[in-house]
Amino acid sequence: MSRSHTLVWLAGHEFRLGWRDWVAMMTVGHRRRMGTVAIALIVFIGFMYLLAYSMVRRYALAGVEPDRATLIVATGVILLSLSTLVSQAIESVTRVFYSRSDLDLILTSPVSPRKLFSVRITRIVVEVTLFAMLLATPFIDVLAILGGTRWLIAYGVVAAMATVAVALAVVLTAVLFRTIGARHTRLIAQIMAAIIGAAFVIGLQIVAIFAYGSLSISSLQSEWLIAHVPALGSPIWWPARAVLGDPVALIQVSAISLALFVAVILIFAARFGDYVLAAAGVSQAMVSRRSRWKKFRRRSVNGVLRHKEWMLLARDPWLMSQTLMQLLYLVPPAIFLWHSFHSRSDAYVLLVPMMVMAAGHLGGNLAWLSISGEDAPDLIATAPISPQRIIWSKIQAVMGTVAFIFAPLIAALALASVKAALVAVGGILVTVTSAILIQLWFRTRARRSQFRHRQVTSSRIASFAEAISSISWAAVSALAVVGTWFTLFVALFAISILGGVWLISPSNNEAYAVR
Amino acid sequence: MSQTDRPIALEARGLTKHFDRPAVDALDLTIFGGEFYALVGPNGAGKTTTLRMVVGLLRPDAGTITIEGLDALSDPVAAKQITAWLSDEPILYDRLTPYEYLEFVAGLWRIDPEITEARAHDLIGWLGLEAHAHERCEGFSRGMKQKVALAGALVHDPKLIILDEPLSGLDAGSARLVKDVLRERVQSGGTVIMTTHVLEIAERMADRIGILAQGRLIAEGTLDELHRRTGKATSSLEDTFLMLVAEPAATA
Repeated sequence: MSRSHTLVWLAGHEFRLGWRDWVAMMTVGHRRRMGTVAIALIVFIGFMYLLAYSMVRRYALAGVEPDRATLIVATGVILLSLSTLVSQAIESVTRVFYSRSDLDLILTSPVSPRKLFSVRITRIVVEVTLFAMLLATPFIDVLAILGGTRWLIAYGVVAAMATVAVALAVVLTAVLFRTIGARHTRLIAQIMAAIIGAAFVIGLQIVAIFAYGSLSISSLQSEWLIAHVPALGSPIWWPARAVLGDPVALIQVSAISLALFVAVILIFAARFGDYVLAAAGVSQAMVSRRSRWKKFRRRSVNGVLRHKEWMLLARDPWLMSQTLMQLLYLVPPAIFLWHSFHSRSDAYVLLVPMMVMAAGHLGGNLAWLSISGEDAPDLIATAPISPQRIIWSKIQAVMGTVAFIFAPLIAALALASVKAALVAVGGILVTVTSAILIQLWFRTRARRSQFRHRQVTSSRIASFAEAISSISWAAVSALAVVGTWFTLFVALFAISILGGVWLISPSNNEAYAVR
Repeated sequence: MSQTDRPIALEARGLTKHFDRPAVDALDLTIFGGEFYALVGPNGAGKTTTLRMVVGLLRPDAGTITIEGLDALSDPVAAKQITAWLSDEPILYDRLTPYEYLEFVAGLWRIDPEITEARAHDLIGWLGLEAHAHERCEGFSRGMKQKVALAGALVHDPKLIILDEPLSGLDAGSARLVKDVLRERVQSGGTVIMTTHVLEIAERMADRIGILAQGRLIAEGTLDELHRRTGKATSSLEDTFLMLVAEPAATA
């Protein structure tokens, strides 16, 4: 087989696997669900087009020679999208290192690692590009329909951004391998992925709080910012100009992204083989993390189960980072509260629902880990404990963790407003209870290590219901802080969601004990 | 002591479980106290399904299960208190050390910590895990995990131990150790029920052997009794097994 033939053949193999992975992910392994998936995708795309129409129609007639304010907004949107894409690309690149799957076979074959990883990096570029296209297409199409075909140039920018995102992710991951070693790279890379994904929005909000006393991202169009950004001819505006339909800017942006991609392939593809071997060495090496000798303690059965849940969570920094990461989004409203302490009551209207939503999400994650992500279900199920008691212990473990994390925040909030703190406590209690109930109704058997893909291993309905439920309870708490009777209607809506989820949940579940 | 005089450790009557097809079909099984019983059979015979129903991991469609005189279906907590289960795939908590795992198991079975601590110490030593007793299980080999899981099954001193393919994937040294531990349990009055694909192990270790095929117990007895059934007293268990299993397959 010729060299180029090998490359093409490998690429074909990779893309076939990629397609099958995607189908399996979307259908959860049941190909018969393809029809349902197709309908869901059409509905989702339709919704995205409506959303796009409502958001971008007023920009459709923006000129090809935009002013600074337009360029700033376009650049902001690009940076926001890029941070999300880099975050996703880091996840994908890390997965290449650590998931063994077929690497043992391919790396023991005569195919060179450079070729293999060139193809794999390209596959990540394609995946990230498709993801970006899925989200960007409705917006670009709406702009093109309303404002002319020049907007179609934005597709090129999306592809260039995806390429840059993957190149940055490869460089970042390689640097982590070189500096902190294979043992810690996975954890740090995944934490960085989450932080990068959130950093731009959070950073922007914090700047807005201090500059304008507001959380609104519309402060991007402030006079101060417009006065201090580079001149219109600066290369910094090339991506924004390309998005707005400038073909020359698109060529410039594409050339830079392509050059970056080729450089990354040339520099790093050959080294990936070494990184993979290093990562495999970590997983196969004897991990000798020793614990101190402690005497066996007398605990109730509930205490034994709770202690186990907390110890497993505390000892898994990756899981901890994944479950607690959404608390990052509480930083801007918390700063907002601190900044406007005692001066503005609208800070509570913002902070309380965000706390409730974060608690709901955290409660859902913890409930999944505790209820579905039980690593030794047979041991628990064959222990002389009733299933009700097992479940109750796990609920206590989840509630205890949420209380531990949110108690300091509630205490701080109570200093500013007792009413807001009480509403937050009520909201958190209800949203976490809802999340636990949803996880109980849809519980399944999984490993804790599958947490990142819990939406795939468990029910998508459960994931969706959990999100809707936490948003609804957040809305209820926001209205309760304001003190309107409308709160009751939204609360009824939230309860009806739970009722609906209960009605469609699997009736017979043997995830724990059966008798 | 004749078999009829011995206490019954496990009795299943009319045990039935259907999945897409009958997995266990009106199975009657009686295992006596202090007995080492091996359940053998071809793949898909219903061995694991049977044992998972006995330990409470599957709900039978029909039938009764009695463990040491306790109705395991109506009073599962009491039955579980005197039973241990060890599956073929040792699944532990990666982030716990063997000692912490044993403390957790002892807590679940509500055993006095002072008693279990001493017992855990003995088991860890017996199974040759002292050097790793305070290391997390995440880097352990399969054999080491199987030993920790076995220690967990023994730490609450069960009367009945049920094991599903406990020796699969173990090296010769570890397999010998596990066999010695099980033999000792039987000698000290415990009851062991084990499934295995390795007929030599059943041949050498078991007091009685049950052969399961298509969810039914097609033959049961000591090795000699099974040989007599086929009329070939000098044949190996493997020959006997293949002949007995071939009969229901031919009539099916």
